[in-house]
Amino acid sequence: MAEVRDDVRYLATHEWVKLEADGSVVVGISDHAQDALGDVVFVELPEIGTSFVQGSEMAVVESVKAASDIYAPVSGVVVACNSALEDAPETVNDSPYDAGWFVRLTPDDPSSIESLLSPDAYQALCDDETR
Amino acid sequence: MQTCLYASHIDAGGKMVDFSGWQMPIHYGSQIEEHIAVRQHAGVFDVSHMTVIDVTGKDATTFLRHLLANDVVKLSRVGQALYSAMLDERGGIIDDLMVYRGPDGYRLVVNCGTREKDLVWLQTAAAGFDVLVEEAPHLAILAVQGPKAMDLLGTALTPHQAHALAELKPFECAFSGQDMIARTGYTGELGAELILAADAACALWDRLRALGVKPAGLGARDTLRLEAGLNLYGSDMDEQVTPSACNLSWTVVHNGRDFIGEKALLAEKEAGGDRRLIGVVMTDRGVLRAGHPIVSGGREVGVITSGAFSPSLQRGIGFARIEGANELKAPLLAVIRGREMPVLGVTLPFVRRGKACFKPLV
Repeated sequence: MAEVRDDVRYLATHEWVKLEADGSVVVGISDHAQDALGDVVFVELPEIGTSFVQGSEMAVVESVKAASDIYAPVSGVVVACNSALEDAPETVNDSPYDAGWFVRLTPDDPSSIESLLSPDAYQALCDDETR
Repeated sequence: MQTCLYASHIDAGGKMVDFSGWQMPIHYGSQIEEHIAVRQHAGVFDVSHMTVIDVTGKDATTFLRHLLANDVVKLSRVGQALYSAMLDERGGIIDDLMVYRGPDGYRLVVNCGTREKDLVWLQTAAAGFDVLVEEAPHLAILAVQGPKAMDLLGTALTPHQAHALAELKPFECAFSGQDMIARTGYTGELGAELILAADAACALWDRLRALGVKPAGLGARDTLRLEAGLNLYGSDMDEQVTPSACNLSWTVVHNGRDFIGEKALLAEKEAGGDRRLIGVVMTDRGVLRAGHPIVSGGREVGVITSGAFSPSLQRGIGFARIEGANELKAPLLAVIRGREMPVLGVTLPFVRRGKACFKPLV
């Protein structure tokens, strides 16, 4: 069973978002997503300082199966990217919620994270997809 | 449908997917790890979903010399094998297959997805020949491949089988009743393919695993064959293309025996035309996939037929069908998700004994 972390929120497109104490949000892809993708071979991350509107394409994860777009879960500005993924893309498979994080954003509106899927709602979505 | 090894796949952590109606393992955790295990050590594949057809009878040789583009007369002794395309009258490829010469006739191993089409074609083509064309559906097939494959098989097989294997050179085979062991494969590594009864195959699988041979799935099988420059039916070959457009001219023998499709191939040679299948390697980050156009001099000159990330080369590789291959000029570009990425046109195979061996074409 894919792990669904209970301290993050989710998008229906399988990104997770974590609100940090300093008000920034960290974004990655879920365990369900990395399992569906298979071995990750390349990750394309945005430039620091780029702003994104919620729902726009922010990054690309290329796996042995296909290239998938990663969408900005909230509107905001990129303040950090996980450059370790350049040399070790398999980290996304091994540790999707921790070492495999993609991007840190300063959100335009931190409360917008609350409208995203709760862990239970995301679990239900995954169960439906698996059926 | 499931092969007799289904429970073994689940036990090994196999992620099962549908493959032409069969539940097969795409990987057992990481197709990249399985690929590397085959290149550096040894891996075992369940390929029991493939189709085994025995051709026996007085006219078996004559029939196959008419049916196939390669000439089975090359199999001058029992215990030899060859690779061939099977063509229709237009020279289009119906399937690619292995032919193994046994004591009673020939054993063909054809693709899974083409099974019904091939059986109908064979039965129709056999009319007028004194032959029996019989599918053997109850047999399992294991492929054990990698630098350590032969050693580990020597330990895992029965003494009788191990002795038979030790006597074989590459492309040779040995039969024992319905069983067959052959030094053939689809990975570019040393190793063997074994056709066995179900329980013997399951027992062998367990012994190989206990000896450290890594179960390898269809994902790794595809990246290994691509690195080795080997075609996949349905991707690189189909009924709309001839052998010369598939890097298969080397498998076609013209010697006046008049095989099905020969006239069409000779006419194609007369007409000239340089549609070819070449290797393509990415120089930047990215993965080539079937359908990506290849551009040169501002024009589309071809398309990727098979593509993947190469674990051995750590870059995207693929085969491309190119029109006007004789006039091909660098630089080449692949159009990937709307972006033009530089690529190299190269010789095949990409990898030999785990190392890059391709050379630029232009």
